[in-house]
Amino acid sequence: MNRFLVPLGLFVLLAVVLGIGIRHAPEKGIIASPLLGKPAPEFALPALADPTRTVRSQELRGRWYLLNVWGTWCAECRAEHAMLLRVKQAGLVPLIGLDWKDDEQQAQAWLSQLGNPYETVIVDRSGRAAIDWGVYGAPETFLVSPAGVVVYKHVGALTEDTWAREILPRVQGNKS
Amino acid sequence: MLPELGHFVLILALLLALLQAFFGLAGPALGRERWTGAVSAALAGQAVMVGTAVACLVHAFVTDDFSVLYVAENSNSALPLFYRVTALWGAHEGSLLLWILLLALWSVAVALRSGSLPASFAARVLGVLGLVSFGFLLFTLATSNPFARLEPAAPDGRDLNPILQDPGLAVHPPILYTGYVGFAVAFAFACAAMLEGRLDQAWARWTRPWTSWAWAFLTCGIALGSFWAYYELGWGGFWFWDPVENASFMPWLVGTALVHSLAVTDKRGLFKSWTLLLAILAFSLSMVGTFLVRSGVLVSVHSFAADPSRGMFILAFLIIMIGGALTLYAWRAPLLRSSAGFELGARESFLLFNNVLLVTAAATVFAGTLAPLIADALNLGTLSVGPPYFNPTFLLSMLPLVGLLALGIHANWKRGRLRDKQRLLLVTALVAALLAAGVAFGVYSGPHVLTPVAMTLGFWIALASLVDPLDRWRRGLSLPRAVLGMTIAHLGLAMAVIALTTVQSFTVERDVALAPGESARVGGYELRFEGVRHVEGPNYDAIAGSFALTHHGQPVRTMQPQKRQFWVQHQVTSETAITMDHGNNLLLALGDDLGAGRWSVRVQVRPLVTLVWLAALVMAIGAFIAASDRRYRVTAAALAPGTVLPERVRG
Repeated sequence: MNRFLVPLGLFVLLAVVLGIGIRHAPEKGIIASPLLGKPAPEFALPALADPTRTVRSQELRGRWYLLNVWGTWCAECRAEHAMLLRVKQAGLVPLIGLDWKDDEQQAQAWLSQLGNPYETVIVDRSGRAAIDWGVYGAPETFLVSPAGVVVYKHVGALTEDTWAREILPRVQGNKS
Repeated sequence: MLPELGHFVLILALLLALLQAFFGLAGPALGRERWTGAVSAALAGQAVMVGTAVACLVHAFVTDDFSVLYVAENSNSALPLFYRVTALWGAHEGSLLLWILLLALWSVAVALRSGSLPASFAARVLGVLGLVSFGFLLFTLATSNPFARLEPAAPDGRDLNPILQDPGLAVHPPILYTGYVGFAVAFAFACAAMLEGRLDQAWARWTRPWTSWAWAFLTCGIALGSFWAYYELGWGGFWFWDPVENASFMPWLVGTALVHSLAVTDKRGLFKSWTLLLAILAFSLSMVGTFLVRSGVLVSVHSFAADPSRGMFILAFLIIMIGGALTLYAWRAPLLRSSAGFELGARESFLLFNNVLLVTAAATVFAGTLAPLIADALNLGTLSVGPPYFNPTFLLSMLPLVGLLALGIHANWKRGRLRDKQRLLLVTALVAALLAAGVAFGVYSGPHVLTPVAMTLGFWIALASLVDPLDRWRRGLSLPRAVLGMTIAHLGLAMAVIALTTVQSFTVERDVALAPGESARVGGYELRFEGVRHVEGPNYDAIAGSFALTHHGQPVRTMQPQKRQFWVQHQVTSETAITMDHGNNLLLALGDDLGAGRWSVRVQVRPLVTLVWLAALVMAIGAFIAASDRRYRVTAAALAPGTVLPERVRG
């Protein structure tokens, strides 16, 4: 046996492990999101419709809600909008919009133009709340349980598939 | 238009890199001299194209072109100009572009310096580098195009990640990447030597300065990252064994082994196959590190957005490059035979131990970093390995390494005549032990068992490193840069050992109870409690304590640790106050209300932390000096007779 083959052999082994790692990566990325299973970050932010009104996270307790992070500068969000409107139509779980680092006027115009899928939109001008939620990029959607626990996080535009497979079953209590 | 131009020239760069690889590898193999000669032209073209692409992206950043997705995601019209330029590498796509640019620059540097190398060998080196460039360009264009447009354009950008809006962290990636990418040169030299069958000492000599440069940059990069992340962001430490940190540390350890093993191969013609393997390993670990950070298989606080499709691509690339190089190695290395032997006490033995211990250390870090992955692959569940694993296992290989260094510096090549230097060794060891005892028991108090040992070793290395330069100076001999650089680097290591031992052993942590107006003394500092006050945050109430810190009567500053109670969950968190003073790191945490205005406070003083980073800088400076030694500029022609007998391998 050629001992100089040993490094190659070890490398092949490593490649296999890494390959398995990649296969598991998508699910793991979700499990590993530090917020999952933890109480949703608290916030007290002005409402887009009425900046004098402060929306506090505790007001949302006691029912399911989806927190959707968006901004008018985000192209993916425009693509996602139709899906959000369908979620609203389904009427099963309210959408709370987090308008992230955005211009309020443009955000208002966006909603009146494309339709407003949100029950409430809160404004995070400074981006502090988004940091608390561990937002990497918009759009991102968090599913929060009545107990105020983050049970699911979706990165990128929400899809029918995610809605049907990940969000609905959880809201209806068929999946934890 | 410019973003499209950037995209277009990046595609041209891809094609030119392919040509560069083809000419460089096929030319010498088929004996076509005109192909061989065309390598540098292809490289020049590739470098110009890559430079143009980078310029296009910088232009998009500077002019706030938010129709480019990457710019919209990582910049903002309010961002200062400096950060708009550094935002280039603020996220995945741009960092890849930076990586490609640095690889092109290293390749050009090699090409410019290759005049003294045999033409076919130089062509092969550039060919291998072209292959690496091609892989990274393909990766960028296929999965991470930085010039992707945003339709419609965003009115303003999302802004650069706030953590990166700091001068230190902004310049950290280019320096770190320069080190990472620099190991590609050693890798290319090793592959070229194996392809050429030219496995004599010459390739080791040619590779040495490049490896030293890369190593020095990597050292600076790691130290800067550690410094800014933990000093400025105030994490209160300097190393956390995070996967991203480990990803840069593993190539560093293997690179250190490589620097030493190259010396043996260069000077004595030994360890040839081992040196080849290390050259392959150092760059492989750089690439595996990139893979781990980018693919999302490991979760880290520093991670970029992970994307499994990118992971799959990098894995395929790794298999081709590393697998190819290791196959080449398995085929060529058996043909190597070492002509010379050496005695047990000779310098070669010490460097062998050095290599074994460094590689062992790298392997333990590697195992710890990959443990979660391996556990996952074997379905053992989620597993995480932290400092309780890394600290002792790392120390296990580092302590003997440091101990053997002091002896090894005095050893001669080939012959084990340490006995001649017995007195010198004993004297330096004794002085070191006295110094260590002085520090351990005099300046600080309450040492750990290992403290005097590690301290002695640190001082011993410092003294032992100085013996040879002092001796040369006394005898009026010149001090070559290679020796000077080595001495400085070893002094840097001695500093690091002393600093790390001090931090680990003499960190003082005390809980004290104070009423307003009372003070406590901890680790040379006096802390006066001035009372607490109420603060209201956006979603919490906080109690902020105020502490006046003085050092030998001199006021340092007021520290205000907080205790926060969040409104809804009634969860209480402690917000520590951290500060730096005279190289000491101080940390205050407010404890419990003990009634009657008294509060418990946790005080932590970490001495000499700053010296750890300074030590790394000294090591890097040493490597820079050694790399600039004139010896490495000797032409191949002048080198060939006498010093090297090329042992051509027929394959």
